[in-house]
Amino acid sequence: MSTTTDSTRSRRITPPESDSPSERSSKPRWQLPFSAWHLLLAPIAVLFAFPFVQMIMVSFMPSRDINRLPPRFVPTTITLDGYRGLLERSDILIWLMNTVIVSTVAVGSNVVLCSLAGYGFARLRFRGRNLSFLAVLGTIMIPIQLLMIPTYVLFSRLQLLNSLAALVVPWLATAFGVFLMRQFFLSVPRELEEAGLLDGASRLQILWRIVLPLARPSLMTLAIFTLVGSWNDLIWPVIAISDSHLFTLQIGLANFQGVRRTEWSLLMAGNVVAVLPLLVGFLVAQKHFLATMSNTGLKG
Amino acid sequence: MARGSTIDAEAAAAPASPSAKRGTARGAEQLAGVAFVAPAVLVIVGLGLFPAAWAGLLALQKWNGFSEPRFIGTDNFLRMGRDPDLVSAAWHTLLYTALFMPISVVGGLLLAVALNRRIRFMGLYRTAIFVPYVASAAVTGLLANFVFNPEVGVVNNLLRVLGLSQQGWLEDPTQAIFVLVVMSMWGQLGFVTVVYLAALQDVDKACLEAAEVDGAGAVQRFRHITVPQVAPVTAFVVIWQTIQCIQLFDLVYTTTRGGPIGATTTLVYYLWEQAFRQLNFGYGSAIAWVLFIVTMVMTLVLVAIQRHRGGEQPA
Repeated sequence: MSTTTDSTRSRRITPPESDSPSERSSKPRWQLPFSAWHLLLAPIAVLFAFPFVQMIMVSFMPSRDINRLPPRFVPTTITLDGYRGLLERSDILIWLMNTVIVSTVAVGSNVVLCSLAGYGFARLRFRGRNLSFLAVLGTIMIPIQLLMIPTYVLFSRLQLLNSLAALVVPWLATAFGVFLMRQFFLSVPRELEEAGLLDGASRLQILWRIVLPLARPSLMTLAIFTLVGSWNDLIWPVIAISDSHLFTLQIGLANFQGVRRTEWSLLMAGNVVAVLPLLVGFLVAQKHFLATMSNTGLKG
Repeated sequence: MARGSTIDAEAAAAPASPSAKRGTARGAEQLAGVAFVAPAVLVIVGLGLFPAAWAGLLALQKWNGFSEPRFIGTDNFLRMGRDPDLVSAAWHTLLYTALFMPISVVGGLLLAVALNRRIRFMGLYRTAIFVPYVASAAVTGLLANFVFNPEVGVVNNLLRVLGLSQQGWLEDPTQAIFVLVVMSMWGQLGFVTVVYLAALQDVDKACLEAAEVDGAGAVQRFRHITVPQVAPVTAFVVIWQTIQCIQLFDLVYTTTRGGPIGATTTLVYYLWEQAFRQLNFGYGSAIAWVLFIVTMVMTLVLVAIQRHRGGEQPA
């Protein structure tokens, strides 16, 4: 509770800028009973948390709470009208199912294909390795807007537009994933694999039994990256899908918003459905999400 | 090279195996290598490089996706210079980038410094600031529409309580793009902060402590030690955020759809409209290519600047 413990406690994990400015100033006229950083951070944190908190509040609100002046922040009574309306007047369950299917396939496929390719590029010698790895790396720089028109034409020729396959195929493997896994496999000491090779184990067995169990943090990063990316993807579903039964949550909600302009509790209920799985995931596995965020940045 | 040593180790450990085994091992490895990487490479290159090259071809054509494409050479590129809507889209993108990029980079660094300490509730602060990372553009867009709604939105209601005049926000052509900047900041500042927070762990602690002993204040230490030491990360974040800004589409789609009266039509949104609303596949591809080249050149310039400045500084 007292500030003096702050600096000592801080030594344990992040020592550098441990002291609060109030402790530092040579002759403080007055002393706050807490670190002055709270004065900065608490309002910012409230500001960032506010939209989510209000989203949840509004989703349980009767519409009279929103439409009065000023609108209430906390509902007078908790009602499920928003969620009920959402179920009745939208295909939310279908959209949710589509999104779950697309994201599950995307994560599963990325974990398998990027592990295989990453291992191949890191450990196996074959003709064309450098060239194909360069080609994969090169795609990282290419933005979606350059790809969307030809990909649309390609998928239309393949009769893939307006199908879940259209949503899944671009997410089967990602250049980021291949790069991430290759980097990890390069860091694994070769000695670990040599015993397996001597026993006559195949490369696949070595990858599966020896190397992959060590790769869990990298796999977690890859899974989160793919999950968030495919779950939240908007521009490609907008282009590839026009049938509302094949919508994902993102495109479904984006279009639904235009139709139900002022039915806020209903819209916010939809928003809760769209973000809750990732939100809970973030809160449960925050460490892995933060690793993914800083990795995506540094290696994307 | 290193691979060879593994095989040698194998051969040494089993001296009975003749060199023929080495040959088949090579062949097997070739086969395994191709089999391991082929599926991912096919998907990534097939949906990455191949369409990009195809877009180069489309850019030289006039085509609506159905009728016979017509080769028109550089007409699509010449048309861009005469297209006032494209020029205004470029201005909107530029304005958005000029606001968002510097604020997010500086804000992210300052926030990371603030969050880089052990005080009470720090976990809570960090979670609140980082969690919007999971919010999609559709989610963020709806929140923007609500929070900045002229009637029910909290912003206008706060203004009312304070006795200030009500604003149109997303419905006002002069304000809409600023609302987009604010909401993007909500969604993306956490990302920049996390990247900087990781970089701050590598800042030389002995150096900071020595400076403190020598009487350097917190601001001086930040300016002369922390900022130079995270400079490579800053270069990366600047490039990354600039590219994100240039590609702004999702949030426009989920909030203003380019409006009101075109005030938030960004380059990529305009390109999408040209391609998938007007069905100008050729013109759209030409815009996409120019945008890509501009982005690449800018990235290379920024990297060169960073290299150059990095060379001047004593490590």
